[in-house]
Amino acid sequence: MIAIIDYDAGNLTSVQRAVSFLGKACVVTRDPGTLLEADRIIFPGVGAAGSAMESLVRYGIDRILRDAYGMGKPILGICLGSQIILDASEENDTACLGIIPGTVKAFPSDMSGPDGRKLKVPHMGWNRLLCLGGHPILEGLDPMDEFYFVHGYYPQPQQEEDHVFCRTDYGIDFPSVIGCRNLVATQFHPEKSGRPGLRILSNFFHWKP
Amino acid sequence: MLSKRIIPCLDVREGKTTKGIKFKGNVDIGDPVEMARMYYEAGADEIVFYDITASSDKRDIMIDVVRKVAETIFIPFSVGGGIRTVEDMRRVLLAGAEKVSVNSAAVLRPDIIAQGAEAFGSQCIVLGMDVKKVEPSDAIPSGYEIVIHGGRKPMGLDALAWAKQAEALGAGEICLNSIDADGTKEGYELNLTALISQAVSIPVIASGGAGKPEHVRDVLTIGHADAALIASMVHYGTYTIGEIKQYLTENGVAVRRTW
Repeated sequence: MIAIIDYDAGNLTSVQRAVSFLGKACVVTRDPGTLLEADRIIFPGVGAAGSAMESLVRYGIDRILRDAYGMGKPILGICLGSQIILDASEENDTACLGIIPGTVKAFPSDMSGPDGRKLKVPHMGWNRLLCLGGHPILEGLDPMDEFYFVHGYYPQPQQEEDHVFCRTDYGIDFPSVIGCRNLVATQFHPEKSGRPGLRILSNFFHWKP
Repeated sequence: MLSKRIIPCLDVREGKTTKGIKFKGNVDIGDPVEMARMYYEAGADEIVFYDITASSDKRDIMIDVVRKVAETIFIPFSVGGGIRTVEDMRRVLLAGAEKVSVNSAAVLRPDIIAQGAEAFGSQCIVLGMDVKKVEPSDAIPSGYEIVIHGGRKPMGLDALAWAKQAEALGAGEICLNSIDADGTKEGYELNLTALISQAVSIPVIASGGAGKPEHVRDVLTIGHADAALIASMVHYGTYTIGEIKQYLTENGVAVRRTW
């Protein structure tokens, strides 16, 4: 059973539908028992870091996530779920879960593209991954594959070489797939990224960290 | 680098797709769920549904369509048409749409943009703008006026000022439709698109007038649009999405590779 964490941070139906489409049983829940019994956990999220952290603490999911991580359960963070696993976020100056050392940063406001024009923030649309090291959830992807992003902040782990698996170029090369041990997280939305996105989800289901 | 998006638009009336020519004489051409699946497979970057169902008691049909589409395709899609309240937005988003677009309702009551952004996040809220070229005047200094009700009602509102106001209210994206170009297949309104796209810092989707791949290239380069809406040129099989994207790639426009 795959548990998708429900903490009032955005629309979870798209993640649920993609998991079901791939033939996996899943449950959308905030029940601590169900989360700790699940084989795998997906930690999605859209919205602001501040209100997301408030909900996580209110429901006690912050502790459950740290426990599940400690137990070695495979966890996939998506979008906001790739950010609040770090120590802190510049968005609303929020203290976060601190599972991976690092901070969540805002895109610089003065970035320009190859044509010299000012880049729009949030970074919204399809972009590629520049893969640094291998990670089992990236298996079978083509370097030309693109993924759907919507975000104004990005995760910056302290230890690049250990915790950053891919970067993506949008004005700066920001970390787009990060992870540590049994936790891996994508800044983009695999559930909205067509076939290569579904491949990442399917790889996650088979991942044995 | 971020790719420019190619977005097929499906007009849906009572659960069936149509394509209007200048908003008149719509003819049925198919099942929206099946067309969405086809465009998803063909490499569409996103899909827009526009509900043109006239009677409000038949609007629930659209929610069913949205639910079925969400089970079938795994790219973002947005739904517009007949969205008047935050509750309307909630139903569409809960049914599985990524984004919802407001048009007339936002002109009549701009607050709905702020309320929607507050409830669901700016990334969900698309402002649809129908724009008509007019003589510049004190009220319409840009020479582009906002019209509503499918292009029938001029509002005395300047398109440029409205775009900026909507951005300030929290719109996450603008879908900019030229009433003059819509259905002509003679190309997008490039001046209008460049004017709006350069004035706001949220993405602009250009709409109306696409007839061939050159038009799409022009609006993404000269018009500085972030995305291009296409309809007849793919609905009637004149071009495939793959052909359009291949043309764009060969002409130096970065798009997601799907062939």
